[in-house]
Amino acid sequence: MLHIKCPWCGWRDESEFGYGGEAHIERPKDPDSVSDAEWADYLFFGSNRRGDFRERWVHSAGCRRWFNAVRDTTTYEFKAFYRMGEEPPGGEQ
Amino acid sequence: MSQTKRLQSGGRIDRSKPLTFTFNGQSLQGYEGDTLASALLANGISLVSRSFKLHRPRGIMGAGAECPNSLVQVGRGAGTIPNLRATQTELYQGLEANSVNCWPSVKFDVNAVTGLFSPLLPAGFYYKTFKWPKSWWDKVYEPRIRKAAGFGKAPTEPDPDRYDKKNRHCDVLIVGAGPAGLAAALEAGRRGARVILCDEQNEFGGSLLANRQYLDGKPGIEWAKTAVAELESLEEVTLLARTTAFGHYHHGFVSLLERVTDHMGLTSPDGRPRQRQWRVRANQVVLATGAIERPLVFCNNDRPGIMPASAVSTYINRYGVRPGQRAVVFTNNDSAYQTALDLNDHGIDVAAIVDVRPESDSVLVDRARKEEIPIYGGYAVVDTRGGQHVSGVKVMRLNGRGDGVYGEIHHLDCDLVASSGGWNPVIHLHSHPGGTMRYDESIASFVPDQAVGNTYNAGACNGNFALGGCITEGLSAGATAAAGVGFGSEDIEGEAPATGKQQESPLRPMWRVPSRKAIPRAPKQFIDVQNDQTSADVYLAVREGYRSIEHIKRYTAMGFGTDQGKLGNINGAGIAAEALGEDIAKVGTTTFRPAYTPVTMGAFAGRELGPERFHAVRKTPMHKWHVDHGALFENVGDWKRPWYYPKPGESMREALDRESYQTRHAVGVLDASTLGKIDVRGPDAAEFLNRVYTSGWKTMEVGKARYGIMLSEDGMIMDDGVSARIAEDHYHMTTTTGGAARVLGHLEEYLQTEWPELQVYLTSTTDQWAAISLAGPHARDVVAKVVSGVDLSGGAFPFMTWRDCEAAGVPARLFRISFSGELGFEINVQANYGQYVWDAVWEAGQEYGITPYGTETMHILRAEKGFIIAGQDTDGSVNPMDFGMHGLLSKKKDYIGRRSLSRPDAMREDREQFVGLVTLEDPKEIIPEGAQLVEEPNANEAPKPVPLHGYVTSSYYSSTLGHSIALAMVKRGRERMDDVLYSPQADGRVIQCRITSPVFYDPKGERQNV
Ligand SMILES: [Zn+2]
Repeated sequence: MLHIKCPWCGWRDESEFGYGGEAHIERPKDPDSVSDAEWADYLFFGSNRRGDFRERWVHSAGCRRWFNAVRDTTTYEFKAFYRMGEEPPGGEQ
Repeated sequence: MSQTKRLQSGGRIDRSKPLTFTFNGQSLQGYEGDTLASALLANGISLVSRSFKLHRPRGIMGAGAECPNSLVQVGRGAGTIPNLRATQTELYQGLEANSVNCWPSVKFDVNAVTGLFSPLLPAGFYYKTFKWPKSWWDKVYEPRIRKAAGFGKAPTEPDPDRYDKKNRHCDVLIVGAGPAGLAAALEAGRRGARVILCDEQNEFGGSLLANRQYLDGKPGIEWAKTAVAELESLEEVTLLARTTAFGHYHHGFVSLLERVTDHMGLTSPDGRPRQRQWRVRANQVVLATGAIERPLVFCNNDRPGIMPASAVSTYINRYGVRPGQRAVVFTNNDSAYQTALDLNDHGIDVAAIVDVRPESDSVLVDRARKEEIPIYGGYAVVDTRGGQHVSGVKVMRLNGRGDGVYGEIHHLDCDLVASSGGWNPVIHLHSHPGGTMRYDESIASFVPDQAVGNTYNAGACNGNFALGGCITEGLSAGATAAAGVGFGSEDIEGEAPATGKQQESPLRPMWRVPSRKAIPRAPKQFIDVQNDQTSADVYLAVREGYRSIEHIKRYTAMGFGTDQGKLGNINGAGIAAEALGEDIAKVGTTTFRPAYTPVTMGAFAGRELGPERFHAVRKTPMHKWHVDHGALFENVGDWKRPWYYPKPGESMREALDRESYQTRHAVGVLDASTLGKIDVRGPDAAEFLNRVYTSGWKTMEVGKARYGIMLSEDGMIMDDGVSARIAEDHYHMTTTTGGAARVLGHLEEYLQTEWPELQVYLTSTTDQWAAISLAGPHARDVVAKVVSGVDLSGGAFPFMTWRDCEAAGVPARLFRISFSGELGFEINVQANYGQYVWDAVWEAGQEYGITPYGTETMHILRAEKGFIIAGQDTDGSVNPMDFGMHGLLSKKKDYIGRRSLSRPDAMREDREQFVGLVTLEDPKEIIPEGAQLVEEPNANEAPKPVPLHGYVTSSYYSSTLGHSIALAMVKRGRERMDDVLYSPQADGRVIQCRITSPVFYDPKGERQNV
């Protein structure tokens, strides 16, 4: 049971949240301009990083807001929580 | 003749409070403070069970959670509990216990006598079983296992007791109230931190309850009592005895099981919960979980009377029990010398201390010498003898490398063997969330390395076995944890009590005691005595090519039992290392997973029992009316929906035929309140709908409604429904009953993460509206009597429009929509008026023969029309083209999932397509939903695999048409009209069917447009 800090509501148990996979994967603005391979990459492939990983969560049983987090996938330690649209801490990955 | 093995004095039992209990039908006595195991030993009973595979006699072995043998069934009837460890079952008046896994009795076991069972269960049994023919499992293994190896009986009646759950936050959770845990609690508690201290035992004190060590010149238990008294006085400290921390998860979340009244009787007295699960979120976690002694592994080491040395000491010191008359102590380290002294001091003859170390020198060894206990230094116990109890051991000299024995065989008579191979720190809770471990040569075991989060190990679980060191580490962990939440610094403030001199000589690691014969021919050396897993099994696994300890575990089933290998697993790793020729540090251990000890189902269920409380049940405002009118219900999502309304004496088929006939010929009324409803508002609402539905929405005028489908981004159909434009910037969206929450989540996700620039606001209004759906030729007549303020004529109020109005004087929205193909209306009113308006509709419909119909008739009517139900006819792998919905796919705009529709897989020509099916031989036969469709008429005899051509998604009997109808997905289905397919059934029948259009009734749609 992870302990997660919703940027709007504060610390809550994992059971209030939904997981949204890797963060900062933007939907192509013009889907027709991308190849089948690029579209498939957008749809199906994540970076599956070991270590610090930027991921999306939604406070489903709370404010229903989506937000981002940085979590170490080996220790499950959260390094940061930040709102949608905010710059991720730690620069480029 | 009661309690012949009870010592005259001593122990933490209350001799003034005798308790009567039964074991395998025999009436016996024990004392308050006993466990079932100590009371049995006090009565001279050590044989309690049979091993899982070989059915060898097994005795009480340990004195706590680690005991692999002492499984008993306690009580009978509704409250009976299988597989309790007698070593952890506190004795109470009237306790009734029986052995498990032996037939007809523990003393005479048919399977052991005939050896019938063991050849069928070789090492690798679990792995190999899955490779052998399935029929062997059904016909050979399962019946035998059920008869011969059943571990206890589950109760067949509902549990009479209540169970509770409790959520708590604390600053510091301390697991284990031995010397280290008590010290940590004192240090953190005195500073004012909110502390929870839990321990699985009935009393706090841990090892001090069972040994004779001194602190500050007094017995250690006195120090513990003083510590507990002080902790009780601290306001922010919670003390939980009889409470096992069974799971340690991330971010300080720890699950505890408190046995509130288990020790009071079979069922809980005075209405208290039997057990309570604590779900603790701790800022800091201190683990002081102690260590478990590992036995030495030697030939025939499984006989009753062979026990870890510390268990022998516990039975003597804590329970005042004499576990034998004449003992042999077998060890590779100093701690077992204390057991020899405990035995000697209580008048139990110690035949010998057999020490694999040629020489050792320490305080304890010195004392044993002074007591003139014979010590065989550099010797080993190579075999034992005995029937249902050990009666003697063979002792030989060890060679220098410790891998062979030689010389004269010494025969020593004894009825007790106390063995010690060293100590294993209890690192389970440290490891649960991913804490790493390392091999520590000085103790020949694994100790915590990197802890996860704010977790600290203290004392024996950290590899520090000396009493003084345990306390210092406890104080230090308590200080660090308290400092971590802002209470003082990491420097220890409390003072450690003085301990005696504790010089020790090093242990000699020995995973497997050599015998006179090579492994395959030597008598069995048991590693895991519950599962009968031996050193030979590990060698076999290695010979068959298994290298990883995880695979060796699964191949041999080592540690698979209810004890999870608490005694045997480290020995198993050591022996695997030996067989592999590798270092144990490299071989490592298997993964430690929750639960530390078994947890009852009741503790997880808590009070959320039964259909009412286990899961939310949603009922519509008209639910009671449906009940009163004889409806049977079906679950749709969390909703209870009327399924059909049988009249007295009517079969289901007759009721459906009637409901459907009345609806097609007169008028039917359906409670549609469960349909998902989402209120969509904002200046960009039209643009938003345009992006989430496949068709165009911007041009739809206020007052109109439209059917739409939503796709996932992968192009697959996610949901469908009708949405109406209420105002320029306001839509009323409907979804399937089961899909409402998912659709809302999907829309919110896109709004927040992809299109934050859109000004759109979503509100779930499913529960706020009651929806009454009318269908049939007389629907307009009924609506006209109820609704005012609308011109209902076909010209003024055409199909797929909506109007504001009043229904029975209540503000309402009236939709002209249909899911049956008949003239249809849906009245929506504020939910609190639902029953009132429904009554008015019911009243108005009487003269037209109105009938209520349920979901089954709704399904039949819509299937006759070929309307899909998302979630029944779709499954997340089908796209709109598969359903021939090309007309709903706008080419003028982008929408979610559009790009995926031009992926090669979506364009494949051999995709399955939506079609209808009718049966040929018996037109009334209903093909089961989910049935597979093939081209091969004799699929059951044909070579396998038989190519699949599709499957049935919906199937009903249509009384309107006079034959059964089915909807199906069939490869290239639309170009195969009138082709014949076959559906082989599990019972051997083959149903012949013909492909048709999915629209069986009124294909031009004339009936709904009148
Ligand atoms: Zn929130």
